[in-house]
Amino acid sequence: MSQTIIWTIAVLTVVGLLLAVFLWFVAEKFKVVEDPRIDQVEGVLPGANCGGCGYAGCRAFAESAVKAGNLEQHYCSVGGNAVMKQIADILGIAAVEKTRQVAVLRCNGTCEVRPTANTYDGWASCNAEASLYTGETMCAFGCLGLGDCVASCKFGALSIDPQTGLPVVDQEKCTACGSCVKTCPKHLFELRNYGPKGMRMVVTCRNEDKGPAAKKACANACIGCGICAKTCTHDAIVVENNRAYIDYTKCKLCRECEALCPTGAIHGVNFPKPLDKEAVKQRVNERNRKAREAALAAKSESKEETA
Amino acid sequence: MSKQTFHIGGIHPADKKISRDCAIEALPIPPTVYISLSQHIGAPAKPIVAVGDKVKTGQPVAEPGGFVSAWIHSSVSGTVKSIGPRKDLSGKSVPSIEIAVEGDEWIEEVDLSDTLVTEFPEDNKAIMAKITSGGIVGLGGATFPTHVKLSPPPGQKCERLIINGCECEPYLTCNYRYLLERGEQVAVGVAILMQVLGVKDATIAIEDNKPEDIAHMKDVVAKLAAKSDKFRGIEIMPMMTKYPEGGEKQLIDAVMNRQVASGGLPISVGAVVQNVATAYAVYEAVQKNKPLVSNTLTYTGDCVATQHNYEVRVGTPLSFIIECAGGMPQDAAKVISGGPMMGRAVSNLDAATVKGTSGLLFLTAAQTKRAPATACIRCGSCADACPMGLEPFLLKRLALAGDLDGLEQNAMQDCISCGSCQYSCPASIPLLDIMTQGKAKVMGVMKARAAAAKAAAEAKAAATSAK
Amino acid sequence: MNKLIVSPSPHIHTGVSTTSLMRDVVIALLPAVIVSVIFYGLGELLVLAVSVLSCILLEWAITKYMLKKPSTICDMSAVVTGLLLAMNLPYTTPWWVIVLGAVFAIGVAKMSFGGLGQNLFNPAIAGRVFLLVSFPTYMTTWKMPQGLFGADAISGATPLGAINEAVLQHQSISSIVSSYDYGSMLFAGIGGSAGEISAIALLAGFVYLLVRKVVKPWTTLSIWGTVALVSLLFWIGNPDRFTDPVFNLLTGGMILGACFMATDYVTSPMSAKGCVIYGIGIGFITLMIRYFGSYPEGMSFAILIMNATVPLLNRWFHQKKYGRA
Repeated sequence: MSQTIIWTIAVLTVVGLLLAVFLWFVAEKFKVVEDPRIDQVEGVLPGANCGGCGYAGCRAFAESAVKAGNLEQHYCSVGGNAVMKQIADILGIAAVEKTRQVAVLRCNGTCEVRPTANTYDGWASCNAEASLYTGETMCAFGCLGLGDCVASCKFGALSIDPQTGLPVVDQEKCTACGSCVKTCPKHLFELRNYGPKGMRMVVTCRNEDKGPAAKKACANACIGCGICAKTCTHDAIVVENNRAYIDYTKCKLCRECEALCPTGAIHGVNFPKPLDKEAVKQRVNERNRKAREAALAAKSESKEETA
Repeated sequence: MSKQTFHIGGIHPADKKISRDCAIEALPIPPTVYISLSQHIGAPAKPIVAVGDKVKTGQPVAEPGGFVSAWIHSSVSGTVKSIGPRKDLSGKSVPSIEIAVEGDEWIEEVDLSDTLVTEFPEDNKAIMAKITSGGIVGLGGATFPTHVKLSPPPGQKCERLIINGCECEPYLTCNYRYLLERGEQVAVGVAILMQVLGVKDATIAIEDNKPEDIAHMKDVVAKLAAKSDKFRGIEIMPMMTKYPEGGEKQLIDAVMNRQVASGGLPISVGAVVQNVATAYAVYEAVQKNKPLVSNTLTYTGDCVATQHNYEVRVGTPLSFIIECAGGMPQDAAKVISGGPMMGRAVSNLDAATVKGTSGLLFLTAAQTKRAPATACIRCGSCADACPMGLEPFLLKRLALAGDLDGLEQNAMQDCISCGSCQYSCPASIPLLDIMTQGKAKVMGVMKARAAAAKAAAEAKAAATSAK
Repeated sequence: MNKLIVSPSPHIHTGVSTTSLMRDVVIALLPAVIVSVIFYGLGELLVLAVSVLSCILLEWAITKYMLKKPSTICDMSAVVTGLLLAMNLPYTTPWWVIVLGAVFAIGVAKMSFGGLGQNLFNPAIAGRVFLLVSFPTYMTTWKMPQGLFGADAISGATPLGAINEAVLQHQSISSIVSSYDYGSMLFAGIGGSAGEISAIALLAGFVYLLVRKVVKPWTTLSIWGTVALVSLLFWIGNPDRFTDPVFNLLTGGMILGACFMATDYVTSPMSAKGCVIYGIGIGFITLMIRYFGSYPEGMSFAILIMNATVPLLNRWFHQKKYGRA
């Protein structure tokens, strides 16, 4: 009996040792020499594999970053500056800082203001619907509301508001990875600077139709009237293809455009105080009046001079 | 009767040719036509008229925008009102020419008489010039410019011209009426096409749910062949009624028992396929100098009180046609331009017809409303139905997962969008909707890869020549 | 004017739905169900009712309370599972055993995989095999049919059970085989579960399915062909030890299994080639279990084993593609 036990232990030990040697040999033979920094970089990355950086996943990002030796083409918007600093430390180079961004929806065609003209009965996917036709409403540029963006968001930052039928961005969860920007067939999302304390101004419309047609399709549409562009003292607004666009790098958050927009297509978010439209309008009118007077005065002066 | 058919898949929807007994009638000319500049596959045409110009019926108004493109003619006489974007049947903006109609004065060289002209010139170049300048495009659905199809790449020889008279789409009866009423003209058109292509054999394929066509065309061809040798090689082939018999690749398989390799052209197996309506348009252009300014469309549906086969000027607003036919049918829930299998649902009734508009079909909600999709039960109906031998259940899964490599390996790019899979699916899964998205992505990848390979080859060639 | 519907093509549909397919299967099973009720009496009716009802209730409860998804009982697949399970059980099975079988079939074999279309194994067979290994006494004690208004029941063995007993005791089987008359096997009269009672009734149902194009014949023909061929070889080799092809085709779950269980969409291969291989596997394994195993019947085991190969068969065998020789 005891002999059996001893034999068993002995045989198993020997077999175990042999296998260990074999495994060690195999491990040595087929060892892949890899830069250890790749693992380190991957370790500090968020690991969401969202692809927002343009690489297949966090591992691919790490490999490419280590290989390149610089971070010019690499930025993980999910991890943000903190993670990029860590990666830069690992690689022994200076970090590239970027301003925090957030995805912004440029459509405010809620169910209430945008009547439907027909009923879509195909696969519930915005991309499928957009490839077929312009959509259920008369607006060919607005949100289709089937939530391809929600499905594409790996961070749970998007959801469809059942009341409006439009996606809502949770600005705290949004990592600006850009997947919604790529997914939306109507190109309604844009990555914009988060702004000081989250304050930002957006034209929530991309309709390129002429004013009356746009207005007919959606009460909240930008009709391309150009009042905002004329009002803006920072040169931040351009009107092209019958719609306004605010350049967030130039915008100084004065909210004058929002107050003057006749259709309410311009929105400011996260401002501490509600906008007093009348006061702003008066202010702008006053300024315009003064400017006109000044111009007149300058004109008459120059006339006098020439005379 | 031996019944030829294609060898893979296929379905048998009820053929519903309820408008078969309605003779082709000319629709009145609308007060305004909107002629799209992009009504063929390939580059949009470039307008050659200006706002305010007076145009006559048949006068060219736009020239081809590239090699694969076509001439476009005014379908009416009148004044050009505007040139600019106009919404097509799916609401998308397409450049169009708006012409206010004033009378119906044709350009002089057109022969408007009914006399049948069977003699045609020997000079193929002259014929080709007429086909090109007549703006003829494939009227079977794809609207591929005909002159391009008739110019095979060097080194490839056409062995057989196949004339597609299958009309395998349910409801549609234009081709049926063409063969019955204008069979002689079609036959002459076929002979012209044969001469241009330099082939001795042509097959007019007709599904056997149209025995009148088969009998009539046999008769017509026999009579013509007795007169001239030019009609000797035309045979009439009855086909088994099966969808999608009229698909180009399926028809070649059915008629010649040959299969076009994936990504290849029909000419690679020695076939050129043209539609019956195209053959008729060729006759008109070559024998009568009449460019393609009108086409027939079937106005049909179970909810439509009176069925019609209309001859319509290109650019007629759909709403005008509906008005002429007595207004929107009461129960119509969906309006389809084309047939029920591959036609396009209309969201904008103000859109105008194009050269390829083959039908206006009205379906009720009960006929067309989709049932909610349920779980795939792996019955394999979709794979059995697929005429390309694909496995839609698998492709759908890969498309949803975004596995582009998997899609390519499983031949997603071969899909002809015939809809047989989705028609057959007992779980009502929108297979084709999903696969169409997958196919677009795969085609994008393949095109990018081909372009990259071409660029690399060019760079290499440039490098070697530099040495 | 009402709003137009817009959707991608195709704009029409066959009208065949999962529900209509399942309804056809139920209709196809009806002849055998009726014959078995006439033959076995109210006991059989009770087995059928308990099985079908518990399957439906379970699926409803699981979708509602565990998966919190819309109910799927309307597709009638639970009815089919319940019917098939009942037809695999002796009419003497106690109700609680049947319920346990239904719990395994629906709860474990079907819903835990994700419901209809996702299950790897045929739920009804999984349920039956579960009962067979858990409650062999209930599952293998057969009583000779007493009929709807019949006399006292006589205990007996099914033909396959008797043969198995004889083989295990190294007796010659020819006398046992000759005691059964193939005619009664074909129509009605041999002991066993509802699904074994009448070959003709089952075949009638199968023909209905073929005519309605609900199933394709490849799997079934391949099973029968394999069974006939292999058992012919064995039988010619040693008629005293091995049963003949006709006996094998008519006994046990051969007809029910080949026509209704092996052809289950979800758990059978997609391609015709795959189906043939799948059928050969089932036929061969069934015979091996019948000839050499300790269980008298091997159909259920064979189907379950081959179910496991289906993903592989689907991977290996594809449709012939156009223009890709």
